Amino acid sequence: MSIQRSANAAPPSDLLAHQFDDIEQQHDAASLGMWAFLATEVMFFGGMFLGYAVYRYRFAGVFAEASNHMDIVLGTLNTAILIGSSLTVVLAVHAAQRDDRRLLQRMLALTMFLGAIFLAIKFTEYFHKYEETLVPGINLVLANERDRQAAIFYSFYFAMSGMHALHMIIGIAVFAVLFGAARRGRYTSAYHTPVELAGLYWHFVDIIWIFLFPLFYLLGRHQ
Amino acid sequence: MRFNLPLFPEQASTIAGRVDALYFFLVGVSLFFTLVIFIAVVYFAVKYHHKTDEPHAPHLVADNLRLEIIWTVVPLALTLVLFFWGASVYFSMSRAPDNALEIFVVGRQWMWKFQHPDGQREINELHVPVGQPVKLVIASEDVIHSFFVPAFRVKYDAVPGRYTTVWFEATKTGRFHMFCAEYCGTLHSGMIGRVVVLEPAQYAAWLSGELQGAGTAAAATSPRAEGSAADRGFRLFQQLGCAACHLQQRQGIGPMLSGVFGSEVRLQDGRTVHADETYIRESILQPQAKITAGFQTLMPSFQGRVSEEDLLELLAYIKSIGQRQTLDARRQTP
Amino acid sequence: MANYLNVNYGIRSWLLTKDHKRIALLYLGAVTLFFFVGGAAAVMFRIELLTPEGDLVQAETYNKLFTMHGIVMIFLFLIPAIPAVLGNFLLPMMLGARDLAFPRLNLASWYVFILGALFMLGALLAGGVDTGWTFYPPYSTVSSNTYVVATALGAFIVGFSSIMTALNFIVTIHTMRAPGQTWFRLPLFIWSHYATSVIILLGTPVLAISIVLLALERVFGLGIFNPDLGGDPVLFQHLFWFYSHPAVYIMILPAMGVISELITTFSRKRIFSYHFVAFASIAIAVLGFFVWGHHMFVSGQSVYASMVFSLLSMLVAIPSAIKVFNWTATLYKGSISYDTPLLYALYFIGLFTIGGLTGLFLATLGLDVHVHDTYFVVAHFHYIMVGGTIMGYLGGLHFWWPKISGRMYPEGWAKFAALVIFVGFNLTFFPQFILGYLGMPRRYYAYPEEFQVLNVMSSAGASILAVGYLIPMIYMVWSMRYGPLASANPFGASGLEWRTPSPPPTENFPTTPIVTEEVYVYPAERERGAAV
Repeated sequence: MSIQRSANAAPPSDLLAHQFDDIEQQHDAASLGMWAFLATEVMFFGGMFLGYAVYRYRFAGVFAEASNHMDIVLGTLNTAILIGSSLTVVLAVHAAQRDDRRLLQRMLALTMFLGAIFLAIKFTEYFHKYEETLVPGINLVLANERDRQAAIFYSFYFAMSGMHALHMIIGIAVFAVLFGAARRGRYTSAYHTPVELAGLYWHFVDIIWIFLFPLFYLLGRHQ
Repeated sequence: MRFNLPLFPEQASTIAGRVDALYFFLVGVSLFFTLVIFIAVVYFAVKYHHKTDEPHAPHLVADNLRLEIIWTVVPLALTLVLFFWGASVYFSMSRAPDNALEIFVVGRQWMWKFQHPDGQREINELHVPVGQPVKLVIASEDVIHSFFVPAFRVKYDAVPGRYTTVWFEATKTGRFHMFCAEYCGTLHSGMIGRVVVLEPAQYAAWLSGELQGAGTAAAATSPRAEGSAADRGFRLFQQLGCAACHLQQRQGIGPMLSGVFGSEVRLQDGRTVHADETYIRESILQPQAKITAGFQTLMPSFQGRVSEEDLLELLAYIKSIGQRQTLDARRQTP
Repeated sequence: MANYLNVNYGIRSWLLTKDHKRIALLYLGAVTLFFFVGGAAAVMFRIELLTPEGDLVQAETYNKLFTMHGIVMIFLFLIPAIPAVLGNFLLPMMLGARDLAFPRLNLASWYVFILGALFMLGALLAGGVDTGWTFYPPYSTVSSNTYVVATALGAFIVGFSSIMTALNFIVTIHTMRAPGQTWFRLPLFIWSHYATSVIILLGTPVLAISIVLLALERVFGLGIFNPDLGGDPVLFQHLFWFYSHPAVYIMILPAMGVISELITTFSRKRIFSYHFVAFASIAIAVLGFFVWGHHMFVSGQSVYASMVFSLLSMLVAIPSAIKVFNWTATLYKGSISYDTPLLYALYFIGLFTIGGLTGLFLATLGLDVHVHDTYFVVAHFHYIMVGGTIMGYLGGLHFWWPKISGRMYPEGWAKFAALVIFVGFNLTFFPQFILGYLGMPRRYYAYPEEFQVLNVMSSAGASILAVGYLIPMIYMVWSMRYGPLASANPFGASGLEWRTPSPPPTENFPTTPIVTEEVYVYPAERERGAAV
């Protein structure tokens, strides 16, 4: 995880935490920490994906049919938005590496903005589901066996996309903090580890969505 | 309290001896290794004890790869023996003999209900003949329970939503503890009873109602006038309207059911499934799950309209209208 | 002289500390309290079990007592105790570091731990939970009318605390070892904690998701595990045990790490076959993830799946056996001192051997059918967790007590307490093997009359064990004020942590030490009480 450092920039000494011997050790530790955390997230979402897979196999027809109730336009739009926000994150890291404070701030802000749009669209979808009485435990009617199986689809939809949305909210909050720090000039080419690692987290959240989208929105399309 | 200290359960089934043999082998192995370790530890601790006032005299003991390999391979070999032996016993436990007498069991908070094929019903007490394999088809009405008879060394969970089975062959007459072994709520410890093993003649007599209430305060036997489980199942079949679509003499809206049990059924999506107890149950509760090829998806679900006992009686009826026994029909469900 | 204990005073300096050593003591206070809460529940139900009828408490109360005993002991004591107390205190010191990689994360982990514990204890005070610590649906989602969600949320939160600690440990071990400290020069305590941390990292999230799904199902009436709604109750068992089986290795591996340190120190000899012991820890961690189905041999799982799980369960026993043999061989031709920590280590070896061997009974398919869900299982896991983990914990606590507190504990009382614990423990749990084979199921508050004698023996043992645990509580606290001052290395042990004063300064080492020798070296100069 080495990064380019500009030859004459040195990190401010207050950035080296007391337990570390040098800035490189600190950076390695931070990176490893983020990767280890992402490993836990893989296991966390993995459990839900496993549950989804079990029921997808059992109730294949009903799941495919329920998938047609998902709004594919909004889903595709959200996918594009999220991938776009991963791009803005990459540009933010790149900006930090080149000491471009202005661009860094703009890219962080844009990432937050795109994330917020994603969430707005997502909550709109949730609201539509509510109107269509497809929210299990709230207004989804279980009149017959088909309904019960479809309810499992929607349960997983809300649980998984909800968890994903929660992770996005946390990500946006983190970027907000980073934005504030970036404005104060805290990130330079010599030190921008938090931006890098927040970027990693955001990419991970993006990847989760890339798996969620086809599994929920595209199941029944080819039938 | 009377000083009653049993240390070992009695053996009352054909499999008990095999289970106990495994147990004693393991006890022997455990005793052996425990003693080896205990003795080595104590011996070394005493022999190499260092007196406080003397200087330490540490020895350099080289690692010994050969020793490591030996004490890796030997335990490994031992555990592999255990695995194969245990698996063999387990495998026998999972396959009931063809001539097993089938009895239905429904567990519910907090009692065990039994139904013999000829219709005799009991609660918390199970009468069976000695020397005859008995296969229990177990269902649960609510939460997970577990049917356990220590003297027979058999146990299996009662899982709501499916059937599980367990079989045994009692080797002596008597009364044996029967417990629920999966925590199921407030009166889990009260979900107990007895298995009463009778001589075949006595069992037949009991079935025909001559041995009413033989010391069984908890038993509740129903009048035989109601008929066998299959008879009751037939009546349900009529009452619930099944007969309207599943005709006896010719194909109706739904497939004919005579001969279905135990056969291989071809489904709409191309799969073939084995029509065992679980398939029949699922077809009643979730008919959309496996549609027979060539038929439409018209059958309504009876979820919530039939109890576990009703389902077992319907199952008995369907079994009674002809079963094609294949080798697979004897395997454990699911 | 300034050390981490007296460098500043006041409650804020403790509650806002970033010093791993103070955080370790915060954890010590918390887990000790929770141990006695869980223990109190056990006292209650062991008294109830003196008689065959249910007469002391109502059935519902009894069910809540054993549930809370399990939940509190597992989540609030056994899982955190050694890693969060001894691990937190010692890990940086053993690596020659000034602190863990993420000190604030460390403090946060304690607060998260307390928050989760508050949820659980709040549920306890509000009326308790009666599902058993395993929370199986449909009972827990549809039938129980106790505080399931609150307790489950507590476990969820506590899981995060666990993950935070594990993450900290992994990063610290990877990136902050002292110069010259290669992986194979690490104390085995570190290897054990590394393996434990990997398990926590990969397994705990799956428990978290199982709890989330369970809670959602209970609150919203979903049908993920409810067969009436198309769900599968056995799916929960798979998800639950996927974590909870590795969890038992989370509970034992740190104790094994302690034992390696104790055996070597008190034989004054290096461990026999260091590499084998180190790799055995990793093997246990890896294999431990593939055996969860051995909790489900009679649950409706297919015969073939059961066979695979049984075979793999046999394999996971081997690395543990290797460790026991290596510890024993370390004693050979050693120079052995009979200090209390060694006593605990020897008790561990014996009792863990019995516990581990009885695990084979459970891994063996045909036999497990009979003993599953009986007291045999209860006896097995208590031999491991109490005869193993708690002995390891107490041994470690005594061994490092001079370093932690700067005082020596009273040796006579310590040996006496260890003996009382050993006797009490065996009297409590050995009869349970017999009870289990006889057929007494778990979680029963009333039982057939012929089981009474064994139950009385067990309860008698429990009362002795309870007294045994109280004695160290008393003298450890006493020693903090009145115990004789300890030198830097009262036992003549190896390891970087012993090169600091007792107690150490906040920064541990004035300069980062450089490691030039292998671990577990005991030169003649490093006798007891020597300066270094």
